[in-house]
Amino acid sequence: MKKIVLLLLALGAASLSMAAGDSFVNEKAHNNIRSTDSLRRGAKTYMNYCMGCHSMDYQRYNRVAKDLGLTEDEMMASLVLTDAKYTDKMEIVMTPEQSKTWFGIAVPDLTVIAKARGVDWLFSYLVNFYQDEKQANGWNNLTLPNASMPHVLWEMQGIQKAHFETETDAEGNEHTVFKNFEQVTEGSMSQEEYRNTVRDLVNFLDYSSEPAKLIRMAYAPWVLLFVSLFTFLAYMLKVNYFRDVH
Amino acid sequence: MTENVNKSRRNLLLSTGAVGVVGAGFAAVPFIKSWLPSERAKAAGGPVKADISKVEPGQMLNVLWRGQPVFIVNRTDEQLAVLPSLNDRLKDPESASAIEPDYVKNINRSIKDNLFVVVGICTHLGCSPKFYPDLVPQQFDSEWKGGFFCPCHSSRFDISGRVFAGSPASRNLDVPPYMFLDDNTIVIGVDGENA
Amino acid sequence: MGTEATSQKGFMGWLNKRLPVTQFYKDHLSEYYAPKNFNFWYFFGSLALLVLVNQILTGIWLTMHYKPDAGQAFGMVEYIMRDVPWGWLIRYLHTTGASAFFVVVYFHMFRGLLYGSYKNPRELVWVFGMIIYLALMAEAFMGYVLPWGNMSYWGAKVITQLFGAVPFVGDALVEWVRGDYLISDATLNRFFALHVVALPLAIVALVVLHIAALHTVGSNNPEGVDIKKHKDENGKPLDGIPFHPYYTVKDIFGVGCFLLVFLFIVFVKPDFGGLFLEHDNYVPANPAVTPALIKPVWYFTPFYAMLRAVPDLQLGALVMLLAIVVLFFLPWIDRSPVKSIRYRRWPYKVALGGFALSFIALGWLGMQAATETYKLMAQLFTVYYFGYFIWLFFYSGNEKYHEVPERIEH
Repeated sequence: MKKIVLLLLALGAASLSMAAGDSFVNEKAHNNIRSTDSLRRGAKTYMNYCMGCHSMDYQRYNRVAKDLGLTEDEMMASLVLTDAKYTDKMEIVMTPEQSKTWFGIAVPDLTVIAKARGVDWLFSYLVNFYQDEKQANGWNNLTLPNASMPHVLWEMQGIQKAHFETETDAEGNEHTVFKNFEQVTEGSMSQEEYRNTVRDLVNFLDYSSEPAKLIRMAYAPWVLLFVSLFTFLAYMLKVNYFRDVH
Repeated sequence: MTENVNKSRRNLLLSTGAVGVVGAGFAAVPFIKSWLPSERAKAAGGPVKADISKVEPGQMLNVLWRGQPVFIVNRTDEQLAVLPSLNDRLKDPESASAIEPDYVKNINRSIKDNLFVVVGICTHLGCSPKFYPDLVPQQFDSEWKGGFFCPCHSSRFDISGRVFAGSPASRNLDVPPYMFLDDNTIVIGVDGENA
Repeated sequence: MGTEATSQKGFMGWLNKRLPVTQFYKDHLSEYYAPKNFNFWYFFGSLALLVLVNQILTGIWLTMHYKPDAGQAFGMVEYIMRDVPWGWLIRYLHTTGASAFFVVVYFHMFRGLLYGSYKNPRELVWVFGMIIYLALMAEAFMGYVLPWGNMSYWGAKVITQLFGAVPFVGDALVEWVRGDYLISDATLNRFFALHVVALPLAIVALVVLHIAALHTVGSNNPEGVDIKKHKDENGKPLDGIPFHPYYTVKDIFGVGCFLLVFLFIVFVKPDFGGLFLEHDNYVPANPAVTPALIKPVWYFTPFYAMLRAVPDLQLGALVMLLAIVVLFFLPWIDRSPVKSIRYRRWPYKVALGGFALSFIALGWLGMQAATETYKLMAQLFTVYYFGYFIWLFFYSGNEKYHEVPERIEH
């Protein structure tokens, strides 16, 4: 049995080293999908700032309401900003074809984006926007360089500029390395408040990528406890039978 | 090994077996429940709105709810007036065994006296009955006072969806939950108190 | 236990005259004598059967909610995860089951290597097992295409491209396998048919053959001695115990242990850090954008590492194929009369340990981006992998070993 555990550990370690890929992920999200308050705030931010362009085609409003502890009326009044029905999926009017014509890129659906990118990537991405005159939309991003999305939340965070340094490594190659941000314009929030807003938003995206996570985490201890009981009894039974064997 | 069934072994067999059976029972639940209507089906089977302002007295509007025809009939006073006189020809005049919300438990089987809402599915084998509103003798009933007739197996219902004796159907037509949003708009599939 | 009497009378008697149910039960369970010294390595056979049943059951239920349509497949998976009652659990049992299948089968195969279970008279058991392993790989690969994520798409593209390595007809073959000029709806549809009907049928049939062949010659054991040499006056092996109830009871305990790990993953960590369900497969299939790092699921990565280690497509595909084919011939490569590793000397123990390590190392390398260092490492481990078999052929021909006991002593 020890070998199985060792192998599983080795596999787990390998997967960790993969998750930290080569993109610039310098912050941790530290979100908690069990916090309903955080999910509600995140949902609000999503509906107000993201859903203009980003659909959530596989998630339904009524599921969000149920998991966030909202009644139909509360949900319809505060979070459904389109003329959608309560049981509708969180779709948007703009089609991928249209967005491709308008923005030059098919705006991705965000239902499972937290599974694809990971929450730390999303958090880093949302705090790492900086002003860049060389870009068509005036923005650039450390985590996703040359991102085509502008900084939608800039009024909250304010405007920051990025400073880079040129470093020469041991082999004589020159690298541009990020040094720090400089706040150019204050936003409506402090950095602390902004980070909390982003954390809530990432939390909502994390939840949306797998609403069943709330259910399975609730069941997990009971299932494992039950199987433990069964395994214990089966072990006793096995020991009893093998007393016959000499 | 043959007959010395020792007691602890039997207890262990029983308890392991019992826990195993309970576990198998738990494991079966997700598989059985996954056959229930999904959220997509529920969303598609959600309440349906209908505009009733254009339904003249004596006319019927047919709307689909959960893929079933729902008849909305604007009954004339004449049609309503004959209802009590039919009672002794009916199987269940009081609609005691009918499937209907409590708020239509009256002789008209409706919220508003004239406006009748009913699932247009025969309770016999699921055909959709035809609407014969006129109080004139019919081929299938010489004393016809208006109502519904099922062409499949000749079940007859009065204008309140109550089944006549001698019909193969045994239950009155079902009344779905419904409510009025305003004088001209009806919602089928949702009770007034839940909305 | 009185089965003699009841098997001839009443309903069982009626049935047995027409279908030998009691005889079958005796032959394979109550009077199938297995060596008394099985250790935990012997759990993995019955566990493989358990996982197979899990895959078939959850698979049938998944097909009830899924449509093999390139336009809908990605959404169908999310439909199962959200809209179908308990669909998430059925899907996670299936996805975790796929990885668990390979975990269990790899342990099961390594057990065979440890105790020489592939040797005379069990060569056919081993060969059937290898065919199951091949069928399982095809099954897993096609199943991985069905969610129609971007890794499904590009994985399918890369693997079907391997058929292009076949001389002369390669390109035509690739087109034939895909049913299109690219991976498309046609490919998805045929992979679905093979995944849910053809291959499961084949696997079940092969499992029957695998067990039938095993029960014809009897089970090996950690000592590698033949229990049939010493029987009592009734013809029962002295060192054998009836499979039922002894090993059914023991295997149920094994099932409990397995379920603890398995259900922990299903309920707590179903993605397994991107190893069982890969991050890039949560992006819908996109023929225009290749994922930054294309890699197969973990159970294929040892062979994938070999493919990448060879700087030539045709040669690489050949090496990958040979790596599997060579295992078929193991019963004839290992010529030593001693079965169990317990009675073989240190050179064999070290070499086999190195073989297992090189397989794991190749598996790890197959998941990494291909740098020069990693490529060199993969080449070294590939050489070791094949070198092991060549060395074993000559070494085992004239091997010094410890004396093998006549009977199992405990």
